[in-house]
Amino acid sequence: MTHIHRFPASSKAASTNPLKMSAPLGGALAFLGMDRSLPLFHGSQGCTAFGMVLLVRHFREAIPLQTTAMNQVSTILGGYENLEEALKTIYERNKPSLIGVCTTGVTETKGEDLEGHLKTFRMRNPDLNDLNLVFVSTPDFNGGFEDGYAAVVQGIVESFAEPAEQRVKGQVNILAGCHLTPGDVEEIRDIVEGFGLTPIIVPDLSLSMSGRQPTEFTATSLGGTTVDQVRSMGASEVTLVLGEQMRRAAAALELKTDVPSLFFDRLTGLEASDRFVKALAEISGRPVPARLRRQRESLVDGMLDGHFFLTRKKMVVALEPDHLFTVTSYLQDLGVDVVAAVAPQQAAVLEKVKAGTVMVGDHSDVEAMAKGCDLIVSNSHGRMGAAHAGVPLYRMGLPMFDRLGSGLVVTVGYRGSRDLLFALANIFLAAETDHDSHHGNQSHEHGHDGCCGGSGHGGGREGGSCGCTGA
Amino acid sequence: MLADKIQEVFNEPGCGVNQAKTTKERKKGCSKPLKPGAAAGGCAYDGAMIALQPIADVAHLVHGPIACLGNSWDNRGTRSSGSQLYRTGFTTDLSELDIVHGGEKKLYKAIKEIVQQHNPPAVFVYQTCVPAMIGDDIEAVCKYAAKKLGVPVIPVNAPGFVGSKNLGNKLAGETLLDHVIGTREPEVSTPNDVCIIGEYNLAGELWLAKPLMDEIGIRIQSCISGDGRYNEIAAAHRARVTMVVCSQALINVGRKMEERWGIPYFEGSFYGVTDMSDTLRTMATMLVQRGADPAMLNRAEAVIAREEAAVSKRLERYKPRFTGKRVLLFTGGVKSWSMVTALEEAGLTIVGSSTKKSTKEDKEKLKKRKGEEFHMWDDLKPKEMYRMLRDSEADIMLSGGRSQFISLKAKVPWLDVNQERHHAYAGYDGIVNLCEEIDKTLSNPIWRQVRLPAPWE
Ligand code: SF4
Repeated sequence: MTHIHRFPASSKAASTNPLKMSAPLGGALAFLGMDRSLPLFHGSQGCTAFGMVLLVRHFREAIPLQTTAMNQVSTILGGYENLEEALKTIYERNKPSLIGVCTTGVTETKGEDLEGHLKTFRMRNPDLNDLNLVFVSTPDFNGGFEDGYAAVVQGIVESFAEPAEQRVKGQVNILAGCHLTPGDVEEIRDIVEGFGLTPIIVPDLSLSMSGRQPTEFTATSLGGTTVDQVRSMGASEVTLVLGEQMRRAAAALELKTDVPSLFFDRLTGLEASDRFVKALAEISGRPVPARLRRQRESLVDGMLDGHFFLTRKKMVVALEPDHLFTVTSYLQDLGVDVVAAVAPQQAAVLEKVKAGTVMVGDHSDVEAMAKGCDLIVSNSHGRMGAAHAGVPLYRMGLPMFDRLGSGLVVTVGYRGSRDLLFALANIFLAAETDHDSHHGNQSHEHGHDGCCGGSGHGGGREGGSCGCTGA
Repeated sequence: MLADKIQEVFNEPGCGVNQAKTTKERKKGCSKPLKPGAAAGGCAYDGAMIALQPIADVAHLVHGPIACLGNSWDNRGTRSSGSQLYRTGFTTDLSELDIVHGGEKKLYKAIKEIVQQHNPPAVFVYQTCVPAMIGDDIEAVCKYAAKKLGVPVIPVNAPGFVGSKNLGNKLAGETLLDHVIGTREPEVSTPNDVCIIGEYNLAGELWLAKPLMDEIGIRIQSCISGDGRYNEIAAAHRARVTMVVCSQALINVGRKMEERWGIPYFEGSFYGVTDMSDTLRTMATMLVQRGADPAMLNRAEAVIAREEAAVSKRLERYKPRFTGKRVLLFTGGVKSWSMVTALEEAGLTIVGSSTKKSTKEDKEKLKKRKGEEFHMWDDLKPKEMYRMLRDSEADIMLSGGRSQFISLKAKVPWLDVNQERHHAYAGYDGIVNLCEEIDKTLSNPIWRQVRLPAPWE
């Protein structure tokens, strides 16, 4: 890359086809990785409904999420009463083991005193002493999805982690950023356990969001990390920090428990996976399992087979910041020319992102920069822009509502890296070998607004998707 | 001012629920105050957006922080036969700084950008909670922008916290009455023109009814708002007859159009064979009463006879397959009555239905017809729904996406009949589509397999 343009943000007044999602929504997702928990938005009910629908469409799972149902009057007078009533109602009805409170734009504009609220609640409700509560400030007008998620992880750690007298041999903490899918978390657990280590993963979406079949219908998350596990994090040998967004939570944990941290900015790609595996071998003092060695070979082989189709391909990537860093870095590992990297909001990791243009923007910016490119990598909301730009879309990130299994896609470790490489290379291999494929004659196949599916077609639900690529 | 508007829609005399209430009760409004920690559902802004966004050639700009649009855009299956501008998500994405300084300047700039780039016939600006709290006067900004830019800029003042989705629908209707309907004259006007209110063209449903109307000679002058166009809706006051799609949501528009321009309205539905026929018949009759060629009536009867015969023949196929099959219907109430009729026509047994938004009268009607055993719920708890399904009190559940996992986790067939559905269920063809989907789902071999325990258990 000879020159890199860095625009801190798009200068438009109207965000058009936003990439950004709100902070409380990210916060809710983090809470869902805790066992039998119920996230609660302190705000008006609409925010909750929208957030819930988005997560339901992505994960195809019931999403527990509640609201303090602020109305105009309570908004002006202050929302403590609504908050208290909500907490009590939820406790009575659902008996969750944790209620996670996220503020919203509505309650933050009024400037409610969260800490004070928590104190008041504890004072007035001594009978609910055993109810675990975490209050996190996540204003809609500040930051985005990743920030909310990170703030909640920090809040969980600060609320429950305790220092321990003794270390438990082989116990490791993992702080997992929101760039990791439930499938990724599962893969990471497998890799870590392969070394005989016992991980405590915060949050652990793999236990709650990867298609569980409950025997009873519950209004809380179906699984995840328990509060007791978080309490025992102080006894771990080390904390593995996955993603730049987890740095603050990691610092908070280290401050409370003195457990040293090891930082990994990404786990996708050969060298990135090597670093992780080497670290695990050192921590555990065990040799690298044969299965991982085979997987590494398979990734190397895949890189050799796949590079033909990816070299110098021009791509635009638009994802949440850590995910953006992960994917653009891996693409560059593979010889791809990343023309532009677009993030929904500012983040420290953007400093490290390499691309022709790095900017904070929306899907309309992606569309503009993707003209003449070979591929866009973004979430399902990118389908309209991709269709307009005439560039295929490979779906990653959230929301991904027009593909099945979006929560289970694995792109970490040797195996996940290989699968991602194959998926991307196959798009181009297919285009080269299959001349009758409809990408060759987009104009008439994509009759209705660039849509290649009818109304019954998942991707063509609203007639705007080039639903031809993607997981 | 907004408070007055809200009071006004609460007092709506056309509303069936209201007719049964005392003045004092009416004042309190439609929704009970929500219970914190146990509330679900959209906000007023959500409702306003649902009602207006299907106007396809308009730019819909949401004034607020990212929560209101960023989490919600691109999630509805309403279709347009032309312009796709309605699907573009526009928001001012207010930041902390905007909130400190007020969002009005940014809003104006955003409107200007949109007008310059997309040249829409109008811009709709949606107020949300946060700018309402800091006192952004969107009405003033819209007025100023309209004057400066020479395009109608319509303020939709329905910030989420004023109430429910349903209230938002009504406020959207008021917006159209205040700012849009009656502001243009139509290019063509015929005695056969109808205006349809409360039809959103989900999955292209309007297009299942339209060919039949064309055949009868009924012209859709405007639809509020499915596949709608700004200029058509602005000229809706020249329609001869209004059809309010049987829901409480936009009744205020139908009634006020009658009051202001003398256009009679009726409540009709495109769901189910009987309702569909009644609708076509009523439309034709009313048009003829208002001066359309009486031959229209014969054409309508001919089409109805033909379609009814065809549909009953097509439904025969399903009857033996559906005998003894029980349906749990949970649609949020809007369409419950017409859906019940429709499904029974196909031989299904309905074991229960939600009546959340039905009127007292509706409930009586339902009781009388279905007997006392029939379950009606104002509000059924997910746990109870799950139990019913698990204990196989029903063979299939029809509902909106929100409860889909209650059914699927109980390993009971489920079909989407709400907003996000992919199939069109309106009209005669629609009812066949619906039966086909139910049959496909019910007869899928997966149900037996997924209920098997693991062999080692
Ligand atoms: S309740 Fe208010 S802040 Fe929340 S989505 Fe609705 S309009 Fe936006």
